Amino acid sequence: MKKLLNTLYVTRQETYVHKERDTIVINSAGEKLAQFPALTISNILCFGQVSVSPPMMGYCGENGIGLVFYTEYGRFLARMIGKQTGNVLLRRTQYRLADDPEKANAIARVMVGAKIANARTVLMREIRNHGEHANISRAVEQLGYSLKSCQFSQSVPQTMGIEGDAAATYFSVFNGLIRGSRFQFNGRIRRPATDPVNALLSFIYSLITQECVSALMGVGLDPYVGFLHQDRPGRPSLALDLLEEFRASWADRFVLTLLNRRQLSPQAFVTEASGAVRLTDDTRKQVLVAFQERKQEEVVHPYLQEKVPYGLLPHCQALLLARHLRGDMEFYTPYLIK
Amino acid sequence: MLILITYDVSVLTKSGQRRLRAIARTCLDYGMRVQNSVFECEVTPDQYVRLKNELLNIYDPHQDSLRFYMLGSKGRQKIEHWGAKVIPDPIKDALII
Repeated sequence: MKKLLNTLYVTRQETYVHKERDTIVINSAGEKLAQFPALTISNILCFGQVSVSPPMMGYCGENGIGLVFYTEYGRFLARMIGKQTGNVLLRRTQYRLADDPEKANAIARVMVGAKIANARTVLMREIRNHGEHANISRAVEQLGYSLKSCQFSQSVPQTMGIEGDAAATYFSVFNGLIRGSRFQFNGRIRRPATDPVNALLSFIYSLITQECVSALMGVGLDPYVGFLHQDRPGRPSLALDLLEEFRASWADRFVLTLLNRRQLSPQAFVTEASGAVRLTDDTRKQVLVAFQERKQEEVVHPYLQEKVPYGLLPHCQALLLARHLRGDMEFYTPYLIK
Repeated sequence: MLILITYDVSVLTKSGQRRLRAIARTCLDYGMRVQNSVFECEVTPDQYVRLKNELLNIYDPHQDSLRFYMLGSKGRQKIEHWGAKVIPDPIKDALII
């Protein structure tokens, strides 16, 4: 199994990232803040006013290190793409399947099915740990129906519809999973998020999307051509497809842990004049530390039957998808939690 | 696997000082400087071979010495750090600047 390498987050403003031989150096006001060997890093995530030297960019491209730029508040801006790795035949297969509505749907509905199944498991776990709750039980039942109808979905738009329905059901009871009354969740709101829970969810989804992009590129797939999500310039559709399996199973549970363990308080967020809510600098750091810890935690992959750190799950799934596209496996096996 | 590298380089001559800098820079490519001439490198077996070869090409066997300690894959747990200048583990710790 691949070695889980580290991610370097540069959140300090007015910093300069450059390379010295094979090391990554971060400078601020001419002073060396840190230096890391490049062979331990797989991704560099820059937030806000961070400049990166052209030789560093070239080095990242050549060595397959992901270089991603976000605004200071964590909104995705750009990603640098280096040379394509992997087999061109694999990518051609991917494009052909994406163009074939029936075959695309065969994969799309598996991914949506996994998303719904994982969301349902999260809710059932809630019932198991904290007792019966009428609304949640009803949602579990509804998600069960969605899961069934997903099996028989005939087209990608139909699968999309089932997915949207299931997401609405799931998020309608999500507030019930947050303990205490410090945080309220009244449905999923994006661009911009107008409450802390939504802000946190968006931030974590965006981080895991980047992990998915890197994983797909790593196995030689094109992250921009998806099966469920349609092509749109600049949108990593396949990474978003892959993300579906990790939304409830990884992202939502991680957010719930942060909130329910009271690791974050309402003061950890600021509301801007526009109504948009964002994480304060300290909070973002705290969340990234917790995210990094979660990435190290090991789970047994239900299909591979192997212990893997959370951080490598996107890589495992990308690998399974590539195997399916190559024809080595008849079906794509999604990531399902117990 | 975790490798601990320590060295003594004779710096009486200009060329000795050059060797010292070259060895330090090479070690930095593979790991973290934990004390002045002590490095911890988390490397794969092939990277270790490369690193060792690079160092052996630089040092002068008559004046300098190099020591490699193989701490294995659980090496991190065999380390205690006391005092100032805690060095992050570049593989496991959250690297947030």
